[in-house]
Amino acid sequence: MTLLLVLAGAALGAPARFLVDRAIQAWRGTAFPWGTFTVNVTGSFLLGLIAASAMATSKPLIALFGTGFCGAFTTYSTFAYQTLLLARHGSRSRALLNALGSVAAGLAAVYLGLLVARVLG
Amino acid sequence: MIAVGGALGAAARYGLAAIWPTPEGGFPWAIFAVNVSGCLLIGFLMALQPPTLARLFLGTGVLGGYTTFSAYALDFQRLISAARVDLALLYLFGTLVAALLAVQTGDLVARAVFAR
Repeated sequence: MTLLLVLAGAALGAPARFLVDRAIQAWRGTAFPWGTFTVNVTGSFLLGLIAASAMATSKPLIALFGTGFCGAFTTYSTFAYQTLLLARHGSRSRALLNALGSVAAGLAAVYLGLLVARVLG
Repeated sequence: MIAVGGALGAAARYGLAAIWPTPEGGFPWAIFAVNVSGCLLIGFLMALQPPTLARLFLGTGVLGGYTTFSAYALDFQRLISAARVDLALLYLFGTLVAALLAVQTGDLVARAVFAR
């Protein structure tokens, strides 16, 4: 049952990542991977929000929205691959900026999500 | 197709996390292993220059759904709130360095094996 909820959440999260990434890249149109940056930061914010909300006590809701949706909406593999591409074709400073900037922004987002959930809840 | 791939990848992540649970204040080995192995695989996959459908199914779908950035960020916050600052920083930078080395290793292995 829990596995089915993870599958359902991920079946929405992964295509949502693809669509958001494509929209952001079409809009920004730069070599910098703003699309992946955006999904990772917003997904981290959502997971922080969920983790500090009333939903956190419900295993089914965590499986669906946390493990499933947020887990599949965000990605580490594409982030790491794009960092490698920046280092190889762009510049090392941009690769470093993407790596450290994504991590810093992702952490800030998770804390912001927790804070917002506590203020609202 | 991305939905099916993403669901398969997430199921693998969920399964690994279920059989390898992280104790409170412990190093999140399951998500660390998921992210590093997923990076190794995407480096390997992309070096093969797969056709678009294979790239979308395996890369965007399966590996995108398998690896996760949100759980990584939340794991860090949980270690900090459990007063394990040392483990939190080790996890944060350990994952980043291991993931970047893994994607490069996957790329090199694929190129060596298929001599591209």
